[in-house]
Amino acid sequence: MVKPYEMTAAEAADRIKSQELSAEEYIASLLERVHQVDEKIHAFVTVIEEAKRKARDVDRRVRRREKLGFLAGVALAVKDNISTRGVRTTCSSRMLKDYFPPYDATVLEKLKTCDAIIIGKTNMDEFAMGTTTETSYFGTTHNPWDSQKVPGGSSGGSAAAVVADEASLALGSDTGGSIRCPASYCSTVGLKPTYGLVSRFGLISYANSLEQIGPLTKTVHDCALLLSALCGHDPRDTTSASIPPMDYTAFLQSNTEGLRIGVPTEFLGEGVEDEVKKTVWTAIHKFESLGVSYEELSLPSMSYALAAYYVVAMSEASSNLARYDGMRYGYRNRKDEGDWPTVYAKNRRRGFGPEVRRRLILGTYALSAGYYDQYYLKALKVRTLIRRDFEKALREYDVLVGPTMPLLPFDIGEKIDDPLTLYTCDVLTVPANLTGNPAISIPCGFSKGLPIGLQIIGRPFDEGTILRAAYAFEQNTDHHERRPSI
Amino acid sequence: MLPEGQDLSARTANGALMSRRHISREEVEHVAWLAHVELTENEKALFTRQFNRILDYFKKIAEADTENLPPTYHVLDLANVFRCDETRESLSKEETLKNAPRKEEGFFRSPRIV
Repeated sequence: MVKPYEMTAAEAADRIKSQELSAEEYIASLLERVHQVDEKIHAFVTVIEEAKRKARDVDRRVRRREKLGFLAGVALAVKDNISTRGVRTTCSSRMLKDYFPPYDATVLEKLKTCDAIIIGKTNMDEFAMGTTTETSYFGTTHNPWDSQKVPGGSSGGSAAAVVADEASLALGSDTGGSIRCPASYCSTVGLKPTYGLVSRFGLISYANSLEQIGPLTKTVHDCALLLSALCGHDPRDTTSASIPPMDYTAFLQSNTEGLRIGVPTEFLGEGVEDEVKKTVWTAIHKFESLGVSYEELSLPSMSYALAAYYVVAMSEASSNLARYDGMRYGYRNRKDEGDWPTVYAKNRRRGFGPEVRRRLILGTYALSAGYYDQYYLKALKVRTLIRRDFEKALREYDVLVGPTMPLLPFDIGEKIDDPLTLYTCDVLTVPANLTGNPAISIPCGFSKGLPIGLQIIGRPFDEGTILRAAYAFEQNTDHHERRPSI
Repeated sequence: MLPEGQDLSARTANGALMSRRHISREEVEHVAWLAHVELTENEKALFTRQFNRILDYFKKIAEADTENLPPTYHVLDLANVFRCDETRESLSKEETLKNAPRKEEGFFRSPRIV
């Protein structure tokens, strides 16, 4: 007998609608689960007990046969860089530890009209700057598969919550791999949509030309459901594409005959652990058995992607975080010591952790007179090079496939002291952020009890093909059914 | 794809990792000032070392052939996205001041500017 907290979002939504299960019982089961396991996992920064009342509202409306949204009653965990009106939104930073947004992000307004219920805000790397959730001001999240290991980042809390059955759905954000990496390390589905598909209004910005909000879920079906709720043009986000909302579940068919996969040799080269390579090749051969053809190809510009990404991201961050001066909101020292620029600098010293300050300074450097051409402008030209490589490749192939992460989840504390070593973990995920292409990570196997994710990259606005390929793979394997014992 | 030419084992006589000198401590302090981010004395030394290692990796992009390529500031072909110039509801003064660490008589209280 499936416990309510073990259900997928689709199952829960169905049973609540048919009154087989009350939303009240289901939400209570989830909050109980959170109280039971979160002390060990630390996925949540804030738990929203109000969810119980919202659940009773849903039940009341179901009994009255009112028309409800397609996610009515479903428990959603939200990454703590997405603005929730009246609920603390911290970006896992001391700078915003007491910040209460006066508005909801567009994605949350949309999810509220779908009648989803937000049960908490999840832990992340501070201001989304990180790959392991270790830079969180509130302490790291632990990987539910092995509590000594990192859950990935920066959306580590959201991924851990989903796989630990603390939420049926979660939202994350992905600037350089921050949805896909924790999805891979925690064994969930995680999708970074095409840049512009999902509104960024209300997403607290780190690198605005690179980031997107996206789903973290237990199954591909749930991912398609959640994406359908999130997508669509938003006049309040001027970088939002003029794409009308779509039902992505229509793409979930198991037939993948004729699909052509490209496997970039750079994604399975030196620097990728043998266990990862082996598992991903097994997955590619699985696709072959489903009527999919694959070919290897070379994307030479991939070797510049990591450096280009960090230059662009740090530069944008230095601008996007300039607003945190402690005046209108945010951390302020007890006493204002000195003139305005000095007070500003001192607030930011205490308010921001070292990784954030590192990136702000390097970003300022890359944009400064004398260095702008050599770093920022050059990185943007490299970005064009990479985009063209992807465009060309995706004319030949429907999707590009490879591992999400070059190595298995590693120990907490192992890499945090050397920034550059940690940055290199992002090598396979950053290209899709630079180009804006959509990319998903799905579970494709385990090694030494630790999860491995398969990354599928598609054409801009062609999430449908990615979901179709992911769904076919999932339906013909059972990795997505495994759950950690906590 | 991972940092090449980075001899991660090369160390000087006293054990410090060797890196090409891209940025000096003085420059780090200056740029920190431009960014309005204060650093502790230990951080000034640590960050200088770390920045040199990171910038040594960043210089990789100089090898890419980008002659005649335009920069990509944004991946979507959007320009001049405007809305009609109509007055709309905004935040109330109360909502706006709610998160202010220091306020006085309906204003944000800031340190001395002049």
